[in-house]
Amino acid sequence: MRRGTATTAKLSLSYLILIVLSLISLFPALWIVMSSFKVGNSLFSDTFIPRAFTFEHYINLFQNTRYPQWFLNTLKVAALSTIFGTFLLLLSSYAISRYRFVGRRTTLTTLLVLQMFPGFMAMIAIYVLLNTMGLLNSHWALVLVYSSGAMVTNVFVAKGFFDTIPRSLEDAARIDGASHLRLFFSIMIPLSRPMLTYAGLMIFNGCFVDFIFADLILRTEEQRTLAVGLYRMVSQRNSTEFTLFAAGAVLVALPVTMLFLFLQRFLVEGLTAGATKG
Amino acid sequence: MNYKIKALLLSAVCMGAGQLYNRQYGKGLLFLAVYVAGWYSLLNSLLGYVRGLITLGEQPSGMVKVGKLTKMVEGDHSIFMMIDGLIALLAILLLAGVYVLNLRDAYLTGAARERGEQPRSFAASLRELNRKHFAYLVLAIPGVAVLFLTILPIIFSVLLAFTNYADPILPPANLVDWVGFDNFLRMVNLKVWSSTFGGVLAWTLIWAVIATFTTYVGGVLVAVLIQQPGIRFKKLWRTVLIVPFAIPSMISLLVMRNLFNNQFGPVNSYLRSMGLDGIPWLTDPFWAKVTVILANMWLGIPVTMILAIGVLTTIPKDMYEAAEVDGAGAYQKFRLITLPMVLFATAPVLIMQFAGNINNFNVIYLLTGGEPVNANYQYAGHTDLLVTWLYKLALNQSQYSFASVIGIVIFLMVASFSIWSYRRTRSYREEDMIA
Repeated sequence: MRRGTATTAKLSLSYLILIVLSLISLFPALWIVMSSFKVGNSLFSDTFIPRAFTFEHYINLFQNTRYPQWFLNTLKVAALSTIFGTFLLLLSSYAISRYRFVGRRTTLTTLLVLQMFPGFMAMIAIYVLLNTMGLLNSHWALVLVYSSGAMVTNVFVAKGFFDTIPRSLEDAARIDGASHLRLFFSIMIPLSRPMLTYAGLMIFNGCFVDFIFADLILRTEEQRTLAVGLYRMVSQRNSTEFTLFAAGAVLVALPVTMLFLFLQRFLVEGLTAGATKG
Repeated sequence: MNYKIKALLLSAVCMGAGQLYNRQYGKGLLFLAVYVAGWYSLLNSLLGYVRGLITLGEQPSGMVKVGKLTKMVEGDHSIFMMIDGLIALLAILLLAGVYVLNLRDAYLTGAARERGEQPRSFAASLRELNRKHFAYLVLAIPGVAVLFLTILPIIFSVLLAFTNYADPILPPANLVDWVGFDNFLRMVNLKVWSSTFGGVLAWTLIWAVIATFTTYVGGVLVAVLIQQPGIRFKKLWRTVLIVPFAIPSMISLLVMRNLFNNQFGPVNSYLRSMGLDGIPWLTDPFWAKVTVILANMWLGIPVTMILAIGVLTTIPKDMYEAAEVDGAGAYQKFRLITLPMVLFATAPVLIMQFAGNINNFNVIYLLTGGEPVNANYQYAGHTDLLVTWLYKLALNQSQYSFASVIGIVIFLMVASFSIWSYRRTRSYREEDMIA
């Protein structure tokens, strides 16, 4: 009997803590959504739920800023980088996982070492390189940088994944006369869907939110991506047009957040795999 | 007849000659073409570029008197020369690699002929390449991309640390020079630099320890809380608590910067409505540090939570039952079963997160931008980490050489942690198990 009340007390306390934690984790998101519907443009609000709702800021965003253009730019860069990045990632991790070739150990070590340099230490050099190639202010430059960077950062997770696919599958296919390429495209790619989803999502998200490289490479306003545009909106105009920023932030975060929540299963698998398999 | 020695010597003198001697005409001509092109570019441009890398330019731009007129002469641009020199060096290395391949091939084919085998036709060679060296073919494209977009820029940045490329010595007006370890010495000996460096380094380490520890412990505790027997709607709680991870961190950090705004932010207005004084979240040196750690917990706990839940579901139930039979309480079960299991499985992540936090640019830069300003620091504020300081030095102050020195320091720190941890992970150790 006493044990029963103790468990109930413990469970109620746990529920209470969980509710508080949920509130904390949802609060920033709810607050920014509420702010985006608020009348006026100031940060300050005396109530959590605004007294009057308005779509004015969203309309404003589409009419008076280059938001739609930035959105298309971002979508273009992110989609292309995801395609190229996953392609490069697949090729390299598959080769490293499956073939034993001279220099394999060196390749692994090099990739490892490369990950340890702070990402934008190399920024100046990339800037000069792109400048000499005449690629400054071009979306292709971003795609190039993102996809090769994505390969370096994700190659170990992908290799770990390929390591778990049993070799007997390939041996069987090879006995049936499948070539290297056939094997890769009709067996390995379908099997690696979970990993591809995870890596693709990570790359897509990375492109969506990067504001450092994009700011450095894209020089004109019509070429800009969302992240750069939003960052400038906050850092330059500051809190005077806060609600406009709020509307912009909601529109950026919404698609990515939805994608993440729907593909949660793959994310969890990818994160866990990356953690335990290195 | 000694085919292999002859072929080797011929190939050593002129690339491709050995192959032609071995009657492999397609391959031989290909090597010969590379040979001619290689020598041509070497003499024509490559050596000049390498010389530029060594001198970093001799002719500064400026006014030069030509006869009676003064003319603006465009001088050497040290930075472009450096990049060109590096690319030329890479090209030379590549040519040397092809040369070695050519020697090896001539020798091996010669040896095969001595054994009485027929040298392979060009088509057969290509087939052989596809069969035996498929990995190299596949790795070629990613390899080139990484070489030019990652390796080359990093080498360039490392080299910058050994030059005097820092405001006011900026090309094209000035020439940059090699200075050896001067920048490193100045970082340690010169008061303005050393005090900033020491302070920022100390805060970076403190930050990395606290940030890693808080998110880790928090994540494990939340996971245990959700996975408790008797808690219902586990999936719902998990989904709700994963939200901070799903929202792009750049957006949530910019939002938090407004949430914690001293005057108008909601956090302070709630505190005030409860009759408390508002806290200077972002403007006071101490509170700014607290704020970045809190924000980092909000961002980082979900990740550890996901990992810990993954581990928790693999712990066999009978372990807990056995512990209960032995009379263990909830706390003992946690300390003696859950914690060791989770710690064991996630130890590599812990170390990687520590390394990641040393480089955690976004949280600091987007939330405080390194501020509040520290008057005793050289271009840095109270919450600046080494990475954000590096960024400011390079992009706002044009102190490129010092930024590179910081980059090297960060690399050394992260590398030592990572190597230590990677040696312990399975995929590195059991590398050749599946071979």
